[in-house]
Amino acid sequence: MNDVHNEKGTNKSLSLFFKSSFIVSAVIILISSILLYFTFTFDIVPPILNRGIQPATFPKALLILIIALTLLTYFISLKNPWKNEKKLPNSFYITLFSFVVFITVSKFLDFFLGIALLSIIVSYFWGERRFAYLIIVSIIFPLIVFVFFETILGLRFPPGIITNIYYG
Amino acid sequence: MENLGLIFAPLFSYKLLIVLFFGTIFGLILGVLPGLGPTTGGALILPFTMTLDPLSAIVLLTAIYCAGTYGGAITAILINTPGTPAAAATCLDGYPLAQKGEAGRALGMATVSSVIGGIASVIVLIFFAPLLANLAYEFGQPEYFALAIFGLTMLASIGEGSPIKNLIAGAFGILISTVGKDFMTSIDRFTFGINELTEGIGFIPVVVGLFAISEMLTQSTLINQIFNRVALKAVKLPSIDDYKKTWKTIIRSSGIGSFIGVLPAEGGTVASLIGYAEAKRWSKKPEDFGKGSIEGIAGAEAANNAATGGAMVPTLALGIPGSATTAVILTGLIIHGVRPGPDLFREQPEFLYGIFGSMLIANILFFVLGFFGAKIFARITLVPNKLLWPMIFAVSVCGTYSLNQSIIDVWLMLLFGVIGFFMRRYGFSVVPVIIGLILGELVEGTLRQSLVIFDGNWLMFLQRPIALTFFVLSLIALSFPLIKRKKKNDKV
Repeated sequence: MNDVHNEKGTNKSLSLFFKSSFIVSAVIILISSILLYFTFTFDIVPPILNRGIQPATFPKALLILIIALTLLTYFISLKNPWKNEKKLPNSFYITLFSFVVFITVSKFLDFFLGIALLSIIVSYFWGERRFAYLIIVSIIFPLIVFVFFETILGLRFPPGIITNIYYG
Repeated sequence: MENLGLIFAPLFSYKLLIVLFFGTIFGLILGVLPGLGPTTGGALILPFTMTLDPLSAIVLLTAIYCAGTYGGAITAILINTPGTPAAAATCLDGYPLAQKGEAGRALGMATVSSVIGGIASVIVLIFFAPLLANLAYEFGQPEYFALAIFGLTMLASIGEGSPIKNLIAGAFGILISTVGKDFMTSIDRFTFGINELTEGIGFIPVVVGLFAISEMLTQSTLINQIFNRVALKAVKLPSIDDYKKTWKTIIRSSGIGSFIGVLPAEGGTVASLIGYAEAKRWSKKPEDFGKGSIEGIAGAEAANNAATGGAMVPTLALGIPGSATTAVILTGLIIHGVRPGPDLFREQPEFLYGIFGSMLIANILFFVLGFFGAKIFARITLVPNKLLWPMIFAVSVCGTYSLNQSIIDVWLMLLFGVIGFFMRRYGFSVVPVIIGLILGELVEGTLRQSLVIFDGNWLMFLQRPIALTFFVLSLIALSFPLIKRKKKNDKV
């Protein structure tokens, strides 16, 4: 009986680590701690040139404040738990993946192609199956935006396989 | 006051009238589309404003602000989904009234009360902003530091999210402002050897990322959502009986909205909720609220539009944003090289009064466009998200890239989009991040300069009466949500 009780207790304490409040707080504290570490690598101004406080002091104070407030939020969440969020659907991960596709394609192939690919992925996986609409969203509209920015705003887009053809 | 005549200047400038017209139409479209709204729309349009002169750019943004705030009511009434957060309270009575077959009457009341609230708030802005700016002449560095701290502590009581989470988000925003070369010593901070970061992180990638891209990710989780749409035949002006029932509510809510708007970091959402609650409290028929009360619509709509002018008061007079959208407008002012504050009132009155006049005209324009075009604008909600959001992405990416022609800015925009999505998912509002980012430089700069003046003695802050007043107000702002929560717990 005792074993069962202990097992239940263990599960309860383990489940604390899987609560969103714990995970979010841990991520914030971890990132803040890493950034806090970096503040110690900032150059130090010699006292004779220093006006007021050192450049690292203000970010350090902010990061300590963020860590302290996050801990406070976490302890409050033990009493008033955060609402349980629904599991994220596949469409979210596909959209996130399309961002990665955009970054990769725009960096190594072409900026315009990156936008076109993202648009077609998002539109298709969000439910659009009509070919004409997919073409409008992925090619015609980005082309209009591209030409608008290029001609009216005088913007020069980064070179790429399609952009180079446009610029001749 | 001798500059009051300048208010009518926009009427004689065809260029400003065209900008106002397009700004109002664009604002209505943005307001109608759930998930967009004037804040995200303003962020999207910011890069385009670089082609305009500063006055036209700010007039465009303020027209979007006024019309977008009203536009949210159209969707709230017809599909029970607020086009903007500020229209959330309008759903409570607008949709039930529309379901009873009175969508036109509900929209008519929303339009009239929005216009009255909007115009009342511009009058508050015209008279109150110069007074506040005059007061700011007394401010030195320590006072500005205390004021910025007060602005930040007001984040604790901002409408959505827990007070502590809002403060964390605000601190995060200030932290972003520290990236790049330290302005006093030119020492690199958080640049990680990336040259593009030495100039700091720009406003546009953060604003577009946190609002537009994070919303796109949010919409990706809602693609199966179905809206129940109520048909709209025509918008009707409220009857004499409706006016008799609601005129006191409209006046009260206009006052509440203007006052709430003036408070730093508050805005239309808080104003509409309080306006609605007060309308119910003073009503002879509180039992009708939530079932299609015309007073409920008037209370919420007059208040949220009244907050627009109110929120512009601290934005223009002190450079402290009064709401999320005014934070975007303030960003627009900064990227156009205009620094809000008392000097702006003294040196560029035609600029300021041009904004005031434009806001008045925008309110009249959205009345006309809303009245005759609500049926058409309502149809915009038929554009499916699967087509709309990829298009918004294309505009966001090109707009963000256009400012510095930097691909790093585009990547930062995406990064902040992802951060914004998770922040919102776990109850952190993204608005404090923007306000923190805007106020960050002011907070750090004034703190360090004050310490130079005080020779490093922190206690000297307490010897400045204005600064001390702001610190006391900050303490009150911080403790207010705790008192509110305790009262709520005691009630339970």
